[in-house]
This record gives sequence, C-alpha cells and structure tokens, in this order.
Amino acid sequence: MSQFAEIKEWYLSEFKLFENSLNGESAAPIHKIRKEAISNFSNLDFPNTKDEEWKYTNIAPLLKYNFKPAPQKSDVKPEHVNKFLFNELEHSLLVFVNGHFNQELSKIKDLPAGVIAGSISDSIKEKSPVVEKHFGKYADYKNQIFTALSTAYTRDGAFIYVPGGKIVDDAIHILFLTTRAEENILTQPRNLFVAGKNSQVTIIEHYASLDENIYFTNAVTEIFADENAVVDHVKLQEESKKAFHIARMEIDQEKNSNFSSHAISLGGDISRNDFNSRFNDEGSECMMNGLFLTDGTQLFDVHTLIDHAKPHCNSHEHYKGILDDKSRGVFNGKVIVRQDAQKTNAFQENNNIILSDDALINTKPQLEIFADDVKCSHGATIGQLDEEAMFYLKSRGIGEETSKSILIHAFASDVIKSIKVDAIKNYVEKILSDRFDG
Amino acid sequence: MLLEIKNLHANIEGKEILKGIDLKVKAGEVHAIMGPNGSGKSTLAQVLAGKEEYEITKGEVTFNGKNLLELSPEDRAREGMFLAFQYPIEIPGVSNTNLLKTALNEIRKYNGQEELDTMEFLTQIKAKMKLVELDQTLLSRAVNEGFSGGEKKRNEIFQMAVLEPKLGILDETDSGLDIDALRIVANGVNKLKSKENATIVVTHYQRLLNYIVPDFVHVLYKGKIVKSGGKELALELEEKGYDWIKEESNAVVEN
Repeated sequence: MSQFAEIKEWYLSEFKLFENSLNGESAAPIHKIRKEAISNFSNLDFPNTKDEEWKYTNIAPLLKYNFKPAPQKSDVKPEHVNKFLFNELEHSLLVFVNGHFNQELSKIKDLPAGVIAGSISDSIKEKSPVVEKHFGKYADYKNQIFTALSTAYTRDGAFIYVPGGKIVDDAIHILFLTTRAEENILTQPRNLFVAGKNSQVTIIEHYASLDENIYFTNAVTEIFADENAVVDHVKLQEESKKAFHIARMEIDQEKNSNFSSHAISLGGDISRNDFNSRFNDEGSECMMNGLFLTDGTQLFDVHTLIDHAKPHCNSHEHYKGILDDKSRGVFNGKVIVRQDAQKTNAFQENNNIILSDDALINTKPQLEIFADDVKCSHGATIGQLDEEAMFYLKSRGIGEETSKSILIHAFASDVIKSIKVDAIKNYVEKILSDRFDG
Repeated sequence: MLLEIKNLHANIEGKEILKGIDLKVKAGEVHAIMGPNGSGKSTLAQVLAGKEEYEITKGEVTFNGKNLLELSPEDRAREGMFLAFQYPIEIPGVSNTNLLKTALNEIRKYNGQEELDTMEFLTQIKAKMKLVELDQTLLSRAVNEGFSGGEKKRNEIFQMAVLEPKLGILDETDSGLDIDALRIVANGVNKLKSKENATIVVTHYQRLLNYIVPDFVHVLYKGKIVKSGGKELALELEEKGYDWIKEESNAVVEN
C-alpha cells in the first residue's frame, strides 16, 4: 500500500459525488475521458522525493488535507475583483470564482466573428467539436497523477478559440479567484486555448485569492498553436501564501507558430509548475520566461521541457528567482534536440538571487542534444545582491533599503522588459515595488 | 574645517593599510594625494566613503562638524561627501537617470529640501551634462554598462556635478584617460570648484595636476603621509620619482 493511499481514496470517493453532481453533463463525449482519467488516477501513486522529478519538492503537506470542490454560489462583488485588473488595458475579462465561471463579473469585449472566449463547461455541454478535438490531447493524464486528477474532475475552466486568420487585438484576461470558504477548497481550472492558422491572441492566466486561506489549485492548461499562429501567454500566480498550486501547461506548436510565455509567481505555500512545449514542425519559436519571488517558507518549483522535434526552430528560456527568508526554489529546464532537429537555436538561462542566509535554490539545466548542427547554450547563476553595486549606490546618498530595491528591480528587469503587454509590465513592476520599496 | 583626519589607522583582513593619517582640508582648497602603488591612497579614499570591508582600528575623522566614522556611507554622501570611483561599477538594469534622480532626492530630503520632480530634475542635469561633454543618450543607458573607460570617468564627474558635494574625492580619475578626456574631466572639476567646496585628488601621476592645480600636495607612503608641500612638490615627484621619498621615509623609520 502506498504512502498516500488514504488521501487517494478520498479523491476517488469524492469523484463519485462529483460525477453525480454533473447531472446531464455526463452524457457529453468527454465524460469517457473523465472516467479513463479517474481509473488512471487510481492506478498511479502520488510522487515523493524519491522520484527524480520531485526530488526537491515534497508534497506531503498538500496530501494532509481533504480538499473539496467548492459550491458554485459565491458572494464576490465587482469591487473585490477590481484590484486584480489592469485598468489601463483594454481587454476581455473572464472571471472564475472558486473554479466556477462567473458571468456577472466577466466582461467580454466585441470579439472577431467566430472567436470564443468563455467557460469550457458551456462548450462541453454544447459538444463543441474544437473541445472534443483538442481536450486531453496534450496534457498527459495517463502518467501524471495531478493531470489525471484534473482530467477526471473536469468541470470548468477557460476555453478560448480563435479560428484561422482571426486577430484578437485586446488581451483576454482570465482571473481565477479563490474566496473564503468553510472547507478547504479544491479548484481545478481546466483551460484550453486553440489558435487557428494565422491567428493571433494574447492570454493572461491570473490566479489570485481574496483571503489568505489554505486551498488547492490544480490547474491544467492545454494550448494548441496551429500553423503561423501567434500566442502570447502570461501567467500571474498570486495565490494565498498558504495555498497549494500545482499547474501543468502543455503547448503544441505547428509549423511557423510563435508562442511566448511569461510566468510571474509570487504566491502559494508550495507551487509546482510543469511547462512543456513541443515543436511538431519547422520554423517555430517558443519563449518561456519567468520570474519568481519567494519568502517565508514558500517553495516554488518549475520544471520546463522544450522539445525540439523538428529542424529550424528557436527556443528562448530565461527564468529569474528572488528568494528570501527560508524559502526554496527549484528550476529544472530540459531541452531536447532530437536527431532530426538540425539548425536548432536553443537558449536557456536561470539566474537567482538569494537575499537571506537560509534561502535555497536547486537549479538544473538539462540539455539532451541528438542533432549535430545546432546552437544551444545554457547557464545558471546563484548569487547575492552585488555588494560593490550596493556600496556604489549608497555612496551616492541612496539608503540601504532603496539601494536593495533598485538592484532587485534591475535584476528582474530583463525578464519584465520582455513581457509584451505594457500593462502587465507595470503590474509586475508594482508588485516588486510593493514588496521591496521601503 | 571641512575635513579633519587624526591618526587614522585602518585594516583589511587583519592587514594594516593606513598607519596613522593626519590631514586637514578647508573649504575652497584642492589637495592632491600622491604616492607609489600600494601606499594606501585608494584605501584612504574608500575608508572616507565608508566602505565596510575596512576596519578602523584607531583615529578620528570629523567631516562637516560630524563624526564621519559613525555615519553610514549614504549619510556621508548626504552630508556632502562624494567619491569618484577608480573603477566605476556597472549596474545593468539601472538607468543613469534613475540612479541620479533617486540619489539627488534622497540627499535633498536629508537636508530638508523639497524633492525635485522629473521635469525639474531633467532641466538641472542638462546643464551639468555639458560640463563633462557627456552624450545625452548615456542618461537613459544602464549605469556604466558598456561605457568606455573615458565615459565611465566622465560619468563620475557628471554625477558629482549633479549631487554638488562639499567634498569631492577623485580616486585615480585620471588613470587610463587620453589627454582629451583628461582635459574634459579636469575642466569639469575646475568649473565645479567654489569657496564652499573642496576637492581631494588622489593620483599616481602629476599629469592631472597640470589641469587641476592643487593648493597642497601630500605624499602617502606605507600608509602614512610622509611629506606635504605646495604644487611644486608634485613637479619634483614627476622629475625624481618616488625613490627619494622612500629613502627619506625609510631612514626616518630606521632612526
């Protein structure tokens, strides 16, 4: 019997309640996938630190709680949502409260004909052929226990579909908000973004909490970028500092597609991200950048995989970490360049700043190169704030705290500058200022 | 008296570098501190600016009527001390403008003056840029990043011009500069000179002193000022080198 058998039983028994609550929805074709996923879930074990992929991230604390899906009712008002919005940005807004789509709080702007931005639950009910074609295709629910759990419990999440040739000018901001609740809430946003040929879209996936509660977000996002599509993705993770955040993002890239992602992470007691991108054809680009800030006893873990399966693709990955107090960070960046993938350009860099004596980062670049005509580079640094630079600033009359803040802003600046949407740039700068400016 | 150093001793990693420095600087004066390599010139400059690696084991320093050694590096700057670094630090991601505006406003705040807004600040610095013939594009660039050696040194003097210190300490500002850059830097320093402020020029070479004419020249050797004189002492050093000073000073020690 495995170590976490009891909690597994809990999720299995809760599934029956969940299934009953689905009502007519279980008639939809994807319910077969749910059933398959729960059966996979029952066969899989929760990972422990003996698993290479989870070596530095012990999820035992997460498995101590009996998390439960939240009821649909909520008392969230627009004024609660306001502080998480980008006021200077024209955008569509999808709000999910405790995992459920909230029509009243959402605001969809005029979208080009055929573009869908809304609740995946609705599209599942309507038996959307796009959902049926792509759902569950990219995120592995056979071997990954948390993805199996998400897939089994698929209820709601964001669904964005941009048909071929359509350009969505204004960003789509998806806000996942968790609120106060009697019980420890489980939310499992299940997102699917499909960008058709020659289309373009900017999507902001934003996780936030109104209270500093213990809850569990288990998010899965599948992204399909068809030929020549441009998808710009931002993930802002501002969960409660007591919450658990497990997330998987799978990107499938067709010929000449361009995907860029910026993951900004601040919240969560334990957060684990698996971001994987695959090039299925030539000429594509993938950017995966990130910035994480940890303090207290937070643990942030990001595992990325960029799979250069085909020639003439470029990938660019740059993660920066700022760690304080007794917090810990894990960066594991894997790049596979397969034998076919000649003329690959792959760049990877991870830089970390440790602000205290007790913070810790484990960083591991992992390059597996099977082609011979490629350009690949990687680097990892761990350091403290540059003392020479600190002295230089102080010698100009700038105080200790301000000097520190200036250098932290400077450290993060290249990742922040690469964010394409100005409103997000400013939002992230403000997060840094709020945290570090005296 | 603007600056008064009495019997200053300083160590780094247990090794004594300054072995009893005495120096008095009044407002309106220019002092040159010369000496062979390793004599402690740069250490003295950095100790005055408040570099934490140095341990002060003995002595007193009064600056502007305050006990300098009790002040943090930032408070020394706010009291009017400025060190032009021998090796200016590159700070990627921080623009020159941001550094200067923050610095100037922190200094103003400390001295009970109102902070400048961006417009006022930009007007002020434009005039100062001309002093050191600094290209305006350097303002928006990261501090010293990718600057040539000459640009870095000019940037130091430019910062000094903006912050308007009571005491400017130029630590080997002339080293590595070609004669044109040297003239520009010296010209900037001369224009900033007034009855209210003073300058300490730390240098290995007499060359700079042709352009910034000192009132006093001190020779530092083995952590002590072994000889002081007027500007003619610099010329003598240029002509005869440092050996005669070393011999004189070693003879004194042996006696």
